[in-house]
Amino acid sequence: MTMTRNDVKVGDSRTEVLTEDLSRTQIVQYAGASGDYNPLHSDEVFVKEVAGYPTVFAHGMLTMGMTGRLLTDWFGAGNLVSYGVRFSKQVWPGDRLEATGTIEAIRTEEGVTLADVVVSTKNQDGDEVLSGRATARLT
Amino acid sequence: MAIRFPVEAGHIMLFARAIGDPNPAYQADADEVVAPPTFVQASAQFDPDYPLRPKIGASWFGSGRNATGARGGGGGGGAGGGNAGTLHAEQHYEYHRPLTAGTVLTAETRPGESWEKQGRRGGKLIFSETITEYRDQDGNLVVTSRGVGVRTEKTVEQE
Repeated sequence: MTMTRNDVKVGDSRTEVLTEDLSRTQIVQYAGASGDYNPLHSDEVFVKEVAGYPTVFAHGMLTMGMTGRLLTDWFGAGNLVSYGVRFSKQVWPGDRLEATGTIEAIRTEEGVTLADVVVSTKNQDGDEVLSGRATARLT
Repeated sequence: MAIRFPVEAGHIMLFARAIGDPNPAYQADADEVVAPPTFVQASAQFDPDYPLRPKIGASWFGSGRNATGARGGGGGGGAGGGNAGTLHAEQHYEYHRPLTAGTVLTAETRPGESWEKQGRRGGKLIFSETITEYRDQDGNLVVTSRGVGVRTEKTVEQE
């Protein structure tokens, strides 16, 4: 699936709920798939007694991966040219995450039409946990 | 050091499940299994020295009999991701060509820039960049990754 130049316009926006209630098990699942077994993300004893956090928290890359779904659902898997984010706040078990993307420009570069998208993922309190940008190829 | 990273359909499917993405293009039985945008992060699985994975027979800094198995606490290192004292601040990817199952990537990592900033609640924040280039069997650049890790002088304060 790809979007064509005529399917989108500057200012178009899309929102997706990434998780209603992030589970510790999903964080463990991400550790297993990605290979990042940092105990900060799965080991309650280590996290509380050694690292000094209230509980485990999600890998930033889990939030970036979940947010990527907004982009690939919109523009199709394999159609991104770039995707970059900043992690602004930790994501905790129980968080509800919602991602929003907005097209801020459509341009043509070497014959390829590209959409520049601003992305933002917020938790249930409206706090931004991730902000970034992506560029997707249109046909 | 270069890491050989075979991109496998089953691994993509497990990764897609972990990020909660049911896209049919990520299923192991798809005609062409496409890698999700952040999939190359899983190259950690193929790094023999990756510090954030327990090694067979070696002590591990997570809890076991004690709250930490590390002598002196903490431990690990980590590229872009970080250890207990390093957090992932930013991650950027450039995609040069599509990545599908069957590709065998070679990942080569180098340090980028590093800089310091004063934290909001005092304490120095030390940022460091890690750049990884992923190339296919023919030497074509597939993905460029730029991670930024931040090391704090103390545990990040909660808001």
